[in-house]
Amino acid sequence: MIEWFAWAQIVVAVLAGLLCTGLGLFGRRPTDLSMGATALVELLLLAQLVVAIAAPFTGNNPSGSVLEFYTYLISAILLPVGAATWALIERSRWSTVILGGACLAVAVMLYRMLQIWTVQGL
Amino acid sequence: MTGPKSDADVNTTDGARNRRVTGIGRVLIAVYGLLALAATGRSFVQIAESFADAPLSYSLSALAAVIYIVATVALVRSGRGWYRVAWVTIGFELLGVLVIGTLSLVEPDLFQHKTVWSVFGRGYGFVPLVLPLLGMWWLARRAPGRA
Repeated sequence: MIEWFAWAQIVVAVLAGLLCTGLGLFGRRPTDLSMGATALVELLLLAQLVVAIAAPFTGNNPSGSVLEFYTYLISAILLPVGAATWALIERSRWSTVILGGACLAVAVMLYRMLQIWTVQGL
Repeated sequence: MTGPKSDADVNTTDGARNRRVTGIGRVLIAVYGLLALAATGRSFVQIAESFADAPLSYSLSALAAVIYIVATVALVRSGRGWYRVAWVTIGFELLGVLVIGTLSLVEPDLFQHKTVWSVFGRGYGFVPLVLPLLGMWWLARRAPGRA
């Protein structure tokens, strides 16, 4: 993991999460804005997957469990996809809240992944 | 994507189709799904990496994961059978978090390795403790055959 990229990603995920949760609680159905924010979080996760695969080749190795790291990463990649699928099927305000919840969960998981990569096992 | 932004009319039509997957219940189901994913992920890592270290804790983690998955499915599905399954699994979750939570405090030696239910689910922001109660409240409100 590249530390600044991970932090930028966490910030984006938190902002997207707050935005979608807020829009949902204000009664908005999923729109291009909330779906776009979730898509951005997903795109960054896919970038993170590429970074995670490439980093060890540049000497940037995880300090903790590789298996645990990838379990988090794969789960995190599935979350926005699941929430967005839900939002496409059920176009209600609660689907927007769920989009937000998924983004916030991704933020927490990214933080755990950063811990596993940088401080776990040291 | 244009159209009306309020969904006051949507819930009524959905409600006719499936009375348990409406309104804020969707958020509850989503949180259940998330916890199922978290429990499954943790138990997969624990069992794959170090099952021999703590067979009891890790078997419990796996059991908890299965229970959360079944509860999630039962909440989504309609019908009396699934309604009963939802009660049983959610009741088991409450029992699990209370018993394991208490044991992990009284007899810490038994559970040196974390499970979802250790210390009443502290590792998950006490969500495992609160969620069964919310789930039961939701199920009680949404009993099939109730007007």
